[in-house]
Amino acid sequence: MSFGTMAAMLGGGMLKSILIYFCTLVGALPLGLLVAFGRMSKNRILSGIVKVYISIMRGTPLMLQLMVVFFGPFYLLRISTGTGYRFAAVVIGFVLNYAAYFAEIYRGGINAIPVGQREAAQVLGYSRSRTFMTIILPQVVRHILPAITNEMITLVKDTSLAFAISYAEMFTLAKKIASSHATLMPFIISGVFYYVFNFLVAFVMERCEKKLSYYR
Amino acid sequence: MKVLDMQGIRKSFGELSVLKDISLSVEEGEVVAIIGPSGSGKSTLLRCATLLETVDGGSITYLDQAVAWEENGAAVYAPPRELREMRQVFGLVFQNFNLFPHFSVLRNIMDAPMKVQKRPGAEVEQEARELLKKMGLEGREDAYPFQLSGGQQQRVAIARALAMNPKLLFFDEPTSALDPELTGEVLRVIRRLAEEKMTMVIVTHEMGFARQVADRVIFMDKGVIVEQGGPEIIDHPVHARTRAFLNKLEGETT
Ligand SMILES: Nc1ncnc2c1ncn2[C@@H]1O[C@H](COP(=O)(O)OP(=O)(O)OP(=O)(O)O)[C@@H](O)[C@H]1O
Ligand SMILES: [Mg+2]
Repeated sequence: MSFGTMAAMLGGGMLKSILIYFCTLVGALPLGLLVAFGRMSKNRILSGIVKVYISIMRGTPLMLQLMVVFFGPFYLLRISTGTGYRFAAVVIGFVLNYAAYFAEIYRGGINAIPVGQREAAQVLGYSRSRTFMTIILPQVVRHILPAITNEMITLVKDTSLAFAISYAEMFTLAKKIASSHATLMPFIISGVFYYVFNFLVAFVMERCEKKLSYYR
Repeated sequence: MKVLDMQGIRKSFGELSVLKDISLSVEEGEVVAIIGPSGSGKSTLLRCATLLETVDGGSITYLDQAVAWEENGAAVYAPPRELREMRQVFGLVFQNFNLFPHFSVLRNIMDAPMKVQKRPGAEVEQEARELLKKMGLEGREDAYPFQLSGGQQQRVAIARALAMNPKLLFFDEPTSALDPELTGEVLRVIRRLAEEKMTMVIVTHEMGFARQVADRVIFMDKGVIVEQGGPEIIDHPVHARTRAFLNKLEGETT
């Protein structure tokens, strides 16, 4: 196999990895905020359920979770899933898992904002939602950005776990080509890919942090 | 006209009874100073008046509109929409300023009048700039709170409260987070508001200041009003507890 064909094959995988990555972020960043609200809810039952959810997501292997999401509908519910489900299962699994991590980060960030901020807004007559969106959340984002960056970097590498359910992303393809052609090349290419990807993520996030550091 | 009328206010935190049957009413244009030892319930009283805490009993009335009243021995509050309107009547200046750190000075002052009161931006901005000038902060419009001294931050906080055009302004120890040399500039601003007949309720440990600006001084201890009267009660307290408190304070400052 020529380097060109190999690179072309892997290129398709890269696009899929990138797709998993952004779909996960788009789903997990907002969902994580909702989960954080659930976790902080005064309703004991709700916060209890959410606490269990977070503990399962953080306490079991992501690879296992992907398998449950992918095979679960059939083995547990006897629902046969269509061909497009493989990709959906990957994204659902990643979103559910990362939302749990993000939720705990949000929760820490929200609790770190002094109560005086909320009280000052309340006395000025801000509604609860406006207080959260314009006073609390911007400060939370700034506060948690380094922790979010960490998760985003881990996620780049975690996309390779989709190989557990044979979704043809970068790493799954690299493994396949490497074993059928007895070459290390695909692994080297994929290593470079993950590294460059992460380099870009770190770069962009650093810019974001700089942009938000206009106040103290 | 009474701007605020609180009657028979009771408030406990669990077992701890912090306010025991406190009544306080404030006439338009009046400046009331509240003094008393630490833990006597001064902040709690202000927090109840500004709806940051709910009372257990008693009534709160702003400008003849009932905010909270008692029914069958428990406090009942007006519906949330009315409460939001009532919040426009008063402002509160905190001990530690609580400016919004991610907003510039100008935005700190303009945001609530524009977003909450929905007043036109141009008008609000003009007023905000005038307020800043009055606070001696001309030219600091674009600064962020962290770039200001404590005294400047507190003056921005006062401007922020005034920009809502409140009928009554509460202060909870506005200078006790400040270095002594910055206290004066904040007190000067408040003194000027008093001259302009702004209605104010001020919790303070600055006796000289209280004596100067207050029309009425209230001495609180252990959740009750022990004594109140004109500013002369600072120099001639009637009650033994007031005397003990003032003597101790004097001992600390001199
Ligand atoms: N949220 C709360 N939960 C429990 N106890 C509280 C709470 N807020 C205040 N207290 C208690 O109520 C009492 C009165 O407190 P408060 O802050 O009103 O006193 P203060 O007169 O303002 O004192 P200081 O001069 O120190 O500010 C104190 O014993 C305090 O510990
Ligand atoms: Mg206090």
